Amino acid sequence: MEPVEGPGVYNVRIEDNGLGLPEDVIPSAFGQILFGSKYKLRQTRGTFGLGGKMAILYGQITTHTAVKVISSVKRGKIYEYHLMMDIQKNRPVVLKRKVHKNKNRWHGTILEFSTEADYTHAMSKILDYFKQTATVAPNANLTFVDPRGRLYRYDRATTVMSKPPQETTCHPHGVDVETLKRLIEQTNSKHILDFMKKHFQRVGNTTAKKFLEYAGLNPKKTPKKLSTDEIVQLASAMKSFDQFLPPDASCLSPLGETLLKTGIQKEFNPEFIEVYQRKPAAYSGFPFIIEVGLACGGGIPNTGKPILYRFANKIPLLFDEASDVSYKVVNDQVDWRHYKVYPDTPLAVFVHLCSTKIPYKTVGKEFIADRPEVEREILNAIREVARRLSIFLSKKASHEKQKKRLDVFSKYLPKIALFSAKLAHRKKEPNVGPLLKSVLTYETETEEGSSEGEEGEGSR
Amino acid sequence: MKEKKEKVLGSLTDLGTRMYDQINRRQFPWIKMPSRSTNNILYDDKTRQYILGDKNVKRSSRNIRHLRPLTQLVWTASFADELTRQRKTSTLRDVFYSAQAYEMDFVDQPESDNIITDLETVVGFPREDFNIFPEERSAIFGNLTIQYTIPGYEGKKLNLASHPDGMMIGPALTNAEFVDCKANKIIAIEKGALFTRFVEERVHDRFKAILIQTAGQAPRGTRAFIRRLSQELKLPVIIFTDGDPWGMHIAMVIIGGSANAAHLRDLNTPDAKWAGVWATDIVDYKLPSSKLTDLDVKRLYELQKDPRYHGKLWKREIETFLKIRKKAEQEAFSRYGLTYIVDEYLPAKLEAAEDL
Repeated sequence: MEPVEGPGVYNVRIEDNGLGLPEDVIPSAFGQILFGSKYKLRQTRGTFGLGGKMAILYGQITTHTAVKVISSVKRGKIYEYHLMMDIQKNRPVVLKRKVHKNKNRWHGTILEFSTEADYTHAMSKILDYFKQTATVAPNANLTFVDPRGRLYRYDRATTVMSKPPQETTCHPHGVDVETLKRLIEQTNSKHILDFMKKHFQRVGNTTAKKFLEYAGLNPKKTPKKLSTDEIVQLASAMKSFDQFLPPDASCLSPLGETLLKTGIQKEFNPEFIEVYQRKPAAYSGFPFIIEVGLACGGGIPNTGKPILYRFANKIPLLFDEASDVSYKVVNDQVDWRHYKVYPDTPLAVFVHLCSTKIPYKTVGKEFIADRPEVEREILNAIREVARRLSIFLSKKASHEKQKKRLDVFSKYLPKIALFSAKLAHRKKEPNVGPLLKSVLTYETETEEGSSEGEEGEGSR
Repeated sequence: MKEKKEKVLGSLTDLGTRMYDQINRRQFPWIKMPSRSTNNILYDDKTRQYILGDKNVKRSSRNIRHLRPLTQLVWTASFADELTRQRKTSTLRDVFYSAQAYEMDFVDQPESDNIITDLETVVGFPREDFNIFPEERSAIFGNLTIQYTIPGYEGKKLNLASHPDGMMIGPALTNAEFVDCKANKIIAIEKGALFTRFVEERVHDRFKAILIQTAGQAPRGTRAFIRRLSQELKLPVIIFTDGDPWGMHIAMVIIGGSANAAHLRDLNTPDAKWAGVWATDIVDYKLPSSKLTDLDVKRLYELQKDPRYHGKLWKREIETFLKIRKKAEQEAFSRYGLTYIVDEYLPAKLEAAEDL
């Protein structure tokens, strides 16, 4: 970005060292809306691949300049494209194309474009985004030079990466009429029975037969010959049939407890961290996994209530926190005092939801709807880590109390020894060592309220 | 006097030795003392003063809440021990500041005063006996010769009629021995103005009296001194105060002691007599008077319930006060001329006091 303050035109340059793009898809990938690299079912960062293109499009609309894309796959040449979008036709327009040699076998993608923006306004959110992204991508090195020329570095803390998601077929509960139509168009199955087994996860012969009987369809029927009414019938039966096995979670790529812990540690440096990953669950045929982290003390500031960090498929959610299901759980459903967390306890809660379909409430994709299944999983996950936190906190409290006790005894007992020796006219002070030792080893018997009536001054 | 000092010092040493031995026996040092809470303060008809009952409190350094006050107590004891041995005196305020030199953190003076009261309770002697004194303000005048015992003045003698403003009742005086007494009674007076008038009118000569000005509520040192005078010299004590519930109570504390000092003995003079100004005097002498305030009346009702006020005279005077709803100051007699109080009132009252 160029040095600019406040609203104005900014030049943005983004570079990664990823796989790069094959030359032939570069124009469409950056110059055509809904080009769609995302047709298979697996956990991905976005849903339709709109985010990056919307930024480029916004840049084009506000500054009427082209986007420069440089990309190379391993062992390939480096391709440079200058593109604009033909908005009416939804087509990329290639203004310039260059091919560079790639001696160093560079791979990755570079993007440069201009856009209207307001850095002063957006700065804090951008920095939040980086920090939180670094939290859930502890294996990545992130570097950001802001328009003021300041360098922000988020260094990797591990080289371990989370297991990438595997592609899977759809679960019958998660299929709508449109998807079903598309699958029927693509299939080469001769019978619906075969079609069910082939295109849906965890559907075997027995289940498929039972289901088709339930749906009132002949298993021998050719899928391509189904009428629209029958397709609708099939789709609604898929939703209501309750004997499908729960969805397969191998298409999910959660962070894992170790990586989440690493990420929180490196970005927040708290005194205490606990992380917990729930077993896979499902809502409406979509598998999901909840991961939570709890961080306390150290680099966590005290704000009077728990600070919430939300992530969906490894993306930080920065806006509309109060509408999010996690907010509801953290603020309304968890009784923190039960876990010895009080308003002055510095606490941060991290909630990561991964799913093949994140149940966003709105198209803005900033907060997650309170689906009961999701809500329950978040609540249970937080309760688990909160239990561990409460153990830590009570240990800490008793340790502190013990230390304070010892401090008091170490302060006064030697003085009693000194003055009683003086009073008794003995030269040597008696040794209070054994007494101090016993303060450490056992709780002294009569603690509070043992004096037989505090003395008050009698009235005359 | 010397014997008493030995006893006080012995008591302090005992305290230290007890705790010293406790630590050596690997016990958390502790002490036991009579409780001074209100429900343990009883009126004793035999000694005619308040005393402490059977309840005890244990202060143990095993209890973290007792640790600090117990430490403060031992420090105060060792400080008192040093004072007494070196025959130096000190005030309550001194103690508060001296403590800071030993990193003994008293939050405020009431805290250190309270610890000193604890020490009195533990060793059974008033703080004056271990040389911690309050601010002094009482004075004495009369034909009594004393001999000093304090360092630098040992053996020196003084006749207490040698200075017309009176002599301050301080440690030097309370520690002195009585050598020669020409008086046959002690008159304690609440107010300085009347004390001065009595000296001017030569009451000490005319009535053979030792005059003591209490300056309001008599300090404990003064109370102990009055007792000593009356016991060692076998003199009757007659008390004159203002004619109101507060004056009456000044007399009563000299006679019957205070609940605050229930842990101590030998501070009161049970045979002392309150000779005026009575409520009945206000009527009999037609004294200029003012109305009792609500507070005065409330105080009278309180005193009515007080066991020390169960005597006939006290009951009668309280009732009269409540009936006439009036009070009068000692100076009210000036209405009949400045010398009237000495010429007329005092002889009449002294005579009356003999029958009390």
